[in-house]
Amino acid sequence: MKKFILVLLAAAGVVLTAAVAAKDVSLLNVSYDPTRELYRQINTAFAAQWKAQHSDNVTIQMSHGGSGKQARSVVDGLSADVVTLALAYDIDAIADHGLLAKDWQTKLPNNATPYTSTIVFLVRKGNPKGIKDWADLVRPGVQVVTPNPKSSGGARWNFLAAWGYALKQPGGSDATAKAYVSELFKHVPVLDTGARGATNTFVQRGIGDVLIAWENEALLAQRQLGNNAFEIVVPSVTIVAEPPVAVVDSNVDKHGTRAVAQAYVEFLYSPQGQDIAAKNFYRPRASDVAARYASQFPVVHTFTLAELFGDWRKAQAKFFNDGAVFDQLGVGS
Amino acid sequence: MSKRVLPGFGISLGVALAYLGLIVLLPLAALAWKATGIGFEGLIRLLSAPRTLAALRLSVGGAVVAALINVVIGLLVGWVLVRYRFPGRRLFDALVDLPFALPTAVAGIALTTLYAPNGWLGQWLEPLGIKVAYTPLGVFVAMVFVGFPFVVRTLQPVLSSLELDVEEAAESLGAQRWQTFFRVILPMLAPTLLTGFALALARAVGEYGSVIFIAGNIPMHSEIAPLLIVQKLEQFDYAGAAALGVAMLSISFVLLVLVAFLQRWSHRWQERAT
Repeated sequence: MKKFILVLLAAAGVVLTAAVAAKDVSLLNVSYDPTRELYRQINTAFAAQWKAQHSDNVTIQMSHGGSGKQARSVVDGLSADVVTLALAYDIDAIADHGLLAKDWQTKLPNNATPYTSTIVFLVRKGNPKGIKDWADLVRPGVQVVTPNPKSSGGARWNFLAAWGYALKQPGGSDATAKAYVSELFKHVPVLDTGARGATNTFVQRGIGDVLIAWENEALLAQRQLGNNAFEIVVPSVTIVAEPPVAVVDSNVDKHGTRAVAQAYVEFLYSPQGQDIAAKNFYRPRASDVAARYASQFPVVHTFTLAELFGDWRKAQAKFFNDGAVFDQLGVGS
Repeated sequence: MSKRVLPGFGISLGVALAYLGLIVLLPLAALAWKATGIGFEGLIRLLSAPRTLAALRLSVGGAVVAALINVVIGLLVGWVLVRYRFPGRRLFDALVDLPFALPTAVAGIALTTLYAPNGWLGQWLEPLGIKVAYTPLGVFVAMVFVGFPFVVRTLQPVLSSLELDVEEAAESLGAQRWQTFFRVILPMLAPTLLTGFALALARAVGEYGSVIFIAGNIPMHSEIAPLLIVQKLEQFDYAGAAALGVAMLSISFVLLVLVAFLQRWSHRWQERAT
């Protein structure tokens, strides 16, 4: 009996020391809408790795929403340790409020973008309108679905992809690009407020011949809907969509979570993180992982935002602010 | 001074005022404060922009017409529910509250599914040249939907308390049925109808969740004013967004004050008549 009690005490001791040693850490990742599946898998994998290396339990809480709205929540006090948003402009806005350094984009490799996507077309089965490239979108009788770039961060990438295409045509200039994009938006019957809404309009409501979409969304839609109801068309040239990530300096310092937050964003660049990104249809940065998923991602000719537009602050001011290019197109009137 | 039934007037007034201040006035004051950031000139420029005007016209105009429709149909439905006994009446009565209970996004998606060109109703309307989803008409349909319960629910208790003998008296004095309705019943209901109108209107003017799915959101055409606010926020233009909010609030306030005046006028008119 005495022996049994001793064993019991010893067992309790082991449990107690383990409990003392293993800290519970919690991180908040504020992200945009279509990353739910991606980060569910990333979080599980990262928690396992962190547990193995530090024997601490890390729980990652997620908040998803439109990219701009999420950025505003962080500015207004949602205490995110990490932000993973659709475009750098939204993280710039957080930096403008002093929550992280203005040069946040230089603190991680590849413009702080661990994975990318690109802008492609989703068309109906058999591609009845014969859509092959951007030029086909403005043919008479073709209807295009894309969300409103004024209310959707994702749609701003769509807009810049179209602009860049026109700019790269022979004799292309800001004037010809504006004429093309203006014509393009005349072919848009519905301007949804966000990317998921536009996908719905195209897929569920049967509106439009072409959906301009992020590749990861298009692949996801294609896989989830199955039955080959849709095909993906890769245009001759398109933009590299770069959804960046950052550690929110002032929040991690307040929470004392800098180390784990930094490890978390770096995990996205690790072979395992890259693999999970590719599984979720984001193009990995690591070339060996990219090679393994080559069959999933068609070869595309791309340009980057930096090549054609400088940076997001400039692009936003030139195209999307009130009275800027998008407003001058006279969409709807 | 007459003796009050319940004691504690001072403390209840205090609580009421504090609550009103905290729940209603404080957020409004914050909104107005934020809006001052835009400056007077900025405000004029914002409010005179054709796009702002078009959106306000759609939001306010749509809400007024939707509330009017709801007053007519709501009166009919309330009348049927109060005056007649028929199988399924309770179920029918419960259905009226559905637009209250449904999350607005669900309502919007459901309406869009119905009225889209490939939807149950949309596919029959489309060949007739009637487009509902993604047009101003769709915005209006959603506004009618969300405002409907307000008129019925404000009207029902008043309808139940209407004395039948008043109608009988009118009839025995030789009034036609339409005379009884327009000269006797309607004046008694007018203040309540106006309350229902005001509530339905207020709900529809600022409605975002259900409208946004069925509106095509095309600038100058099917773009509602709350969406303009969202777009301002996307540019982190808090002052502009707040200014638009204040503008919408002022328009709603003026409309509600007008309704209140009409109500007082109809009360007086009713008192004189009796």
